[in-house]
Amino acid sequence: MSEFLSPRTLAEALKLRSAHPDFTVLSGGTDLMVRATERDYPVGTIDVFSLKEMRGVCESDAALSIGASTPYADLLRSDVVLTMLPNLHAAIREIGAVQIQERGTIGGNIGTSSPVGDTLPCLLALDAEVELRSQNNTRRVAYSDFCTGYRKTQLGADELITAIHIPRPAKGTRLFWRKIGTRRAQAISKVMGAASFRIEEGVVSHARIALGAVADRPRRVEAAEQRIQGEKPSERLATEVAAIVRSDVKPIDDVRSTASYRLDVAVNIVRRFVLELV
Amino acid sequence: MDFGGFGQFMSVQVPEFVADGVRWAAMTNSTIRDLDKAVPRVDGADKVTGKALYVDDLKVDGALYGRTVRSHVPHAKLKRISLDPDFDWSDVVVVTADDITGKNVVLLIEEDQPALVPEGGIIRHVDEPVALVAASDPRRAQAAMEHVRLEVEELPAVFTIEESVAKKVLLRGDDNVYKRFEILRGDDVEQALASADYVIEGTYRTGAQEQMYIEPQGMIAEWTDAGAVRLVGSLQCPYYVHKAMRELLQLDEDKVIVTQAVTGGGFGGKEEYPSMLAAHVALLAKKAKRPVRMVYDRVEDVRATTKRHPAPTRHRIGVNKDGTIVAVDVDVLIDGGAYLTLSPVVLSRGVLHSVGPYNVPHVRVVGRAMATNLPPHGAFRGFGAPQTTFAYERQIEKAAQRVGMSSLEFRRKNMLREGDVTCTGQTLKYSVGSAQVLDAVEQQIGQAPPKGSAAPPQFASVKRGKGLAFYYHGAGFTGSGEDRLKGRASVAVNAGGKFEVRSTSTDIGQGTFTIFAQLASAALDVDIKDVEMIQPSTEKAPDSGPTVASRTTMVVGSVVQKAGAQLKQRLLAFAEESGVQSGDVAELAKRYAEKHGELEETVTYHSPPGVKWDDATYRGDAYPCYGWAACYVEVAVDDDTHEVTVERCIHAVDVGHAIHPVLVKGQIEGGTLQALGWALWESVVYRNGRVANPTMTDCIIPTSIEAPEMETLVVEVPYPHGPHGAKGVGEIPMDGPAAAVANAVADALGQPFDEVPLLPEVICRQVSATAAE
Ligand SMILES: Cc1cc2nc3c(=O)[nH]c(=O)nc-3n(C[C@H](O)[C@H](O)[C@H](O)COP(=O)(O)OP(=O)(O)OC[C@H]3O[C@@H](n4cnc5c(N)ncnc54)[C@H](O)[C@@H]3O)c2cc1C
Repeated sequence: MSEFLSPRTLAEALKLRSAHPDFTVLSGGTDLMVRATERDYPVGTIDVFSLKEMRGVCESDAALSIGASTPYADLLRSDVVLTMLPNLHAAIREIGAVQIQERGTIGGNIGTSSPVGDTLPCLLALDAEVELRSQNNTRRVAYSDFCTGYRKTQLGADELITAIHIPRPAKGTRLFWRKIGTRRAQAISKVMGAASFRIEEGVVSHARIALGAVADRPRRVEAAEQRIQGEKPSERLATEVAAIVRSDVKPIDDVRSTASYRLDVAVNIVRRFVLELV
Repeated sequence: MDFGGFGQFMSVQVPEFVADGVRWAAMTNSTIRDLDKAVPRVDGADKVTGKALYVDDLKVDGALYGRTVRSHVPHAKLKRISLDPDFDWSDVVVVTADDITGKNVVLLIEEDQPALVPEGGIIRHVDEPVALVAASDPRRAQAAMEHVRLEVEELPAVFTIEESVAKKVLLRGDDNVYKRFEILRGDDVEQALASADYVIEGTYRTGAQEQMYIEPQGMIAEWTDAGAVRLVGSLQCPYYVHKAMRELLQLDEDKVIVTQAVTGGGFGGKEEYPSMLAAHVALLAKKAKRPVRMVYDRVEDVRATTKRHPAPTRHRIGVNKDGTIVAVDVDVLIDGGAYLTLSPVVLSRGVLHSVGPYNVPHVRVVGRAMATNLPPHGAFRGFGAPQTTFAYERQIEKAAQRVGMSSLEFRRKNMLREGDVTCTGQTLKYSVGSAQVLDAVEQQIGQAPPKGSAAPPQFASVKRGKGLAFYYHGAGFTGSGEDRLKGRASVAVNAGGKFEVRSTSTDIGQGTFTIFAQLASAALDVDIKDVEMIQPSTEKAPDSGPTVASRTTMVVGSVVQKAGAQLKQRLLAFAEESGVQSGDVAELAKRYAEKHGELEETVTYHSPPGVKWDDATYRGDAYPCYGWAACYVEVAVDDDTHEVTVERCIHAVDVGHAIHPVLVKGQIEGGTLQALGWALWESVVYRNGRVANPTMTDCIIPTSIEAPEMETLVVEVPYPHGPHGAKGVGEIPMDGPAAAVANAVADALGQPFDEVPLLPEVICRQVSATAAE
C-alpha cells in the first residue's frame, strides 16, 4: 500500500518532504492523475493542495506573489492578476476548462514544466522567480534557470515550490499572450507566445519574448529581444524580429502538429505582438 | 462568393417560431395526442439520475475481466503463440483460435475476418485480436495479456489507397478490390464532357473519423446450463450479433440471446464491431465456465474499432455557359482496411450519392473499395455519402464560379425537383424538399445572426468567407435492402394489461424509444404513459433490422404504428364481442389481459408500392425517398494561425415530418457539429498502420466552444409512406457541412481547398506553397 500524507502546515509539509524524499508531491493532481494509469503507484504522496501558507495572492509595491497551491480559478477571480498581469490572466483563462481550473495550480504547472505548460512562457516574459523551500533553506530562482530540460527542473528532493514572485511591470509596459491549441478548450498547445515590452518615449526600453511548445522547454528568444531593444516599433521592425524568430526556433513534428506549422505560427504571432506596438 | 438574390422576393412564408430555430414550417399539424410534441424522453429521467446501467455498471456475480492480446504488427504470418513460462497462469483463462469449435469468423457480409488469428494464419492489421485472457482481477488480466508472446514473420504492408491501387502488395484477389460498382446514365460520358463549354476536375480527400461515442465498447457473456449464451452489450444491432454468434459457436437460434444494455452513443461505430467483442467474451466465458465482461478503455477502442472510410474522390463535371450541367464523371475510392466488413455497402451509398441532387443527363460513376493493412473502416453516420458529398459540392461551387452564377442560382437551376429523374433513373414522385431547403436558408441569411457564436480572438487579423452546400440523403436501406430485411416489430398488451412496444431497434441516444412510444400511443389512442418500451433483446422481440441508415423512425416506426393500429382494432373487436362498454383503449387492454392474458400484433415491413431496383445494373429506385438539406456557413480564417472559426451556421433539413421537434433538432445540431468536427479538427493519425493519437486529448473532437450558435430550420415535405410523413433525419446533417466549410474557406482565402480536415496545418502548408509560386 502506498502512504498518503496530508500535512496541515507548511512546516509539517517541509518536515515530511525531507523525511520522504522519494514521495510524490501532489497539488491539484491534474497532471499526476492523468499519468496515473501509465505509471507505477507512487511510493507515497504528500498532499500540499490545501496548505494555507501556499495559497493566495499577495501584492507589494515591487511584486505580485502567488502561492504555489492557488488554483487557477482563484487567480481568474483576482482583480490584481487581471490588471497587473493581463497576459498571465489570459493564459490561465485558456487552461483546460472550468473543472481543471478549479483544481489545477500554477505550482503544478511549474512542477511539471512541460514544454506545453501554458503559464510558463508568461513566467519567462515576466521575469518570474520561483520560491523554493526546504526545512532549513529558502531560495529564489529565476524561472528561466529553474527549468533545465524536457520536464526537468532544479527542484531539490527535500524542496517544495512554495510561491512565484513576479516583478510589477514598469510603467509603459505592454503585455501579450497568444495560445494556439488543438482546439479552443481542453486543448494542449501547439504553439504559444508571451511578450512584455516597455515603451519609453516611443522606444522599446525592455523586451521579453517567450515561446512554448517549440523546444524541449519553454524558451525566450533573446536574439529577437535584443533586436527590438532601443528601437522604435515599426512594421519593418516587426518583420525583422520575425525573421530572427524564424532562424532561431527549431520546433518538431508530433501527432499534434508539424514543425513547419509551429515555426510559421511562432513567427507570425511574434510579428503580430510587435505590430500591435506600432 | 456571390450570394446574388438576397433581399429579393421571398416565396416562403416565415412562421413566427423560426426565431428560436426549432422548426421551419409546420406543414402537418397533427392533433393526435403526444405527437409533434417535445414530450420528455422516456429514458431521460433514468439517464440524468444515474439509474440507467451501462455495461460497465451491471453487476454480474463472479464475472471475470477479459483482455485482448493484439498483433502489434500490420501484416505478418503468425507462426506461434506462446505463454511466458515464468508467469503464473494458474488463475488466468487463455483462449486462442484453437478453442473455437465452430467457425472462426465474424460473420457480416463475407466470412473473411477471423475472431482470432490462428497459428499459421495471417495478421492483417496492427490491432488484430490473436488471443484472449481473463482473470478475476483486471490487473491480473492486464499482466497476463502482456505475457502472451507472439512469434511472427513480418510481411510488407499497404497503408494507403494509392499503394493498394498500385498493387504494391496483393492483399486480396489480383487487384486488392473488395467491391466495384458502376453507374451509367445517358450517352458516352467522355463525349458529353468534350461537348461541354467547361470541364472542371478535382480530387477531393476526406480523412478517417473516429465515432468517439462517450461510452467505449463493452460486452458481457454468460452461458446457461441449457447451453445457451446470453450476451449483453453496448450495441446498435442485436440481430447482427445474434447471426454472427450462431455461426461462430454453431448454435441454434434460441441458444444465442443478445440484449442491448443502455448504450452511450454509437454513430455507426457499434453496428459491426460488437460482434467481435461478443465472440471474445463468449469464447472466454465458455472456457472459464463463468461470466466474462470486457470493456475497452479509450485507447484500445480508438485503435481497434472501425472509423469512417478515408476516401479520395476524383470528380469531373461538364457545364455549359448558360449554367446547365452536361455530364458528370466520378471515380470513388474508399479505404476498406484489412477486412471487407461493411465496405461494399458503404461504397454503394457513396457511389449512389456521388452525383448529388442535380439533373445530370450523362453520368459515369465507378466506385472501388480497396484493401489495405489498416484496421477495417466501417459504418459512421452518413455511410459513404459525406465523402462523395464533399467532392460534388466543391465541384458545384467551382462550376458556379466558372459560369459566373451565384451559389444559390446555379444550384437552383440544376437541382432535382419533383418529377425529375436521378442518376439511377429514379423518378422522384414525392417528398422532394429541394427548393424549400434552399429557400429556407436564403431567407434565414437575411435575418440578423444570433448572438453568442464562436468568435476569433479580439486582436486577430482574419479573412472572412461564406460557403453553401446542398445535398440529399437516401433514407432507409439501399435498393431492395428493406425487402430482403423484412423488418418486424410488435405492439402488445402484456400480461399486466399494459402496452408494450417490442422491437430490436435500439436507442443509442437518438431517441428511438421516445419516438416509438409516441407512435404507438398515437396509433392506439392512449396516453404515452400507458406504453412501455422493452430493452431490445433477441429473446423478446422480432428482428426489426439494424438501427442504421436513417431507417428507424421511417421504416420500423411505420411498422410500430401499424401494429399499434391493428392492436387497437383487436381490442375494439374484443369490446364488441364481450360487451364491454368502454371506448378507452387502455381500459380495454386491462380487461383483455385479465380475461385472456397477452395479446401481440406483429407487422412486417414492405417497401412502398412501385419501388423497383435492379441490383445487377444498379438502376431503379435507389431509395424509397430522400431527405434534402442545405447548409450555409460563414467563417473567419486567422491570418497568423490559419485557424478557422465558424461564425455562423444555418442548416435547413427536410425531414418529412418532425414527430418530436426537439429530438429532430438535436439530431440536426449534433450531426452538424460532428460534420464541422470532421471538416476542421478531427484527424486520425496513423503511424505504421496504427493510430498514433488514440486519446480524447489528441484525437480532437469539437467542444461547445467551437460550436457556432446553430440556426436550425426544420423543413417538412411529408413522405406519404412514413409515419405521419416522417422520413430519415439521422445521417443527412453529417453529409454537407464539410463542403460548406471548404467552400467558405476557399472564398475567404481566394484559393481552392479540397480536403478535410482543414487543419490549420493544412491551410498553412497550402497558403505557403501558393505564396512561394
Ligand atoms: C483535461 C485537462 C486539461 C488541461 N489543460 C491544460 C492547459 O490547457 N494548459 C496547461 O498548461 N495545462 C493543462 N493541463 C495540465 C495541468 O492541469 C496543469 O499543468 C496544472 O497546472 C497542473 O497543476 P496541478 O496542481 O494539478 O499539478 P499536480 O498534478 O498536482 O502536480 C504536477 C507536478 O508538479 C509537482 N508539484 C506540484 N506542486 C508542487 C509543489 N508545491 N512543489 C513541488 N512540486 C510540486 C508534482 O509532484 C507533479 O510532478 C490539463 C490537464 C487536464 C487533465
